[in-house]
Amino acid sequence: MPETRATAYDSKIEGNVIFTRFDAALNWVRKNSLWPMPMGLACCAIELMAAAASRFDIARFGAEVMRFSPRQCDVMIVAGTVTYKMALAVKRIYEQMPEPKWVIAMGACASTGGMYRSYAVLQGIDQLLPVDVYISGCPPRPEALLAGLMKLQEKISRERSFRNQKPELAEKLDEAFA
Amino acid sequence: MTLSELLNPLEGVFGSKIYNKAEFHGETSYSIAANDLRDIARFCRDELLFDYLVDVTSIDNFGEEHRFEIVYHLYSMPHAVHLRLKLKVPEDIEAVDTVSDIWPTANWHEREIYDMMGIKFNGHPDLRRILMWDGYPFFPLRKDFPLEGLPSEMPDVAFTKVTPLEGGPFVTVPSTATSKDREPRARPPAL
Repeated sequence: MPETRATAYDSKIEGNVIFTRFDAALNWVRKNSLWPMPMGLACCAIELMAAAASRFDIARFGAEVMRFSPRQCDVMIVAGTVTYKMALAVKRIYEQMPEPKWVIAMGACASTGGMYRSYAVLQGIDQLLPVDVYISGCPPRPEALLAGLMKLQEKISRERSFRNQKPELAEKLDEAFA
Repeated sequence: MTLSELLNPLEGVFGSKIYNKAEFHGETSYSIAANDLRDIARFCRDELLFDYLVDVTSIDNFGEEHRFEIVYHLYSMPHAVHLRLKLKVPEDIEAVDTVSDIWPTANWHEREIYDMMGIKFNGHPDLRRILMWDGYPFFPLRKDFPLEGLPSEMPDVAFTKVTPLEGGPFVTVPSTATSKDREPRARPPAL
């Protein structure tokens, strides 16, 4: 968490300056404005819609901007049964999302194939995509999706974003300050 | 007009070509031969006014002489009666005649039968797979196709893998035991 303390005590800029780590600030910005890619493939998508509607209101967590273009999305919510016929299309949509990006596997089907032990259903989207958060349920209630979203926010706030994104620059800075 | 009055001309015209008459819950079923399908279908539609083809389904009687069976479920809107036509199909048959020009709704039903059972249809205008993708090498509703599927690979289109079934929550064991013993939740997987 960003740490605040009194600097420039009793001066004109008191209260207007916050010292924090760059990662903490960047992660704080990112985790509170997660734009979802609603990959609704089955009944989980109904609960996803309910989570976006007024009663549960996913906007409280900054994730209300469902984008139907993957190029504007941060987190793909795979909500539903991924058939083999759909699997590579889901992967292609994921690949079109800009970095940094995260994946939530919503419900039993997206996590493991669920009750579809079948020749036609991919047994978990984690065989194709790196999943950050799994949500149990068939389908999960909107509260469960919100809990999963908060888990993802916790995970994002622990990321070393600057180092992951600009490794060369981080190395140069390390050398400069060594 | 009762159902039997309606079906009398059918038996009169086709005689021994329709056989194995079965009545159940006021619905009538006949078995017919594959060669007579189009004649009987057209007669049913034009003369008996069976104007609605409810469904076309297929059955795999694996191990029997006539392996496949196709069932045409007909309904007559003017008479409000059902009629079922059953077609025994041997495995080595080249193709069955289409009825998609008689009832256009048969187009997709026959595509589904081709996709799932691998039975082809003569004269079908667009005989492609309808559920699986073009190039999928198997016919998954055949009885000799394993429940867990078979691996396949079409680059950039789709792939399939074998599904693990151990301890699966909804897989019953095929045996003559009682359903209590075949029910998988009676055998919790060792964790």
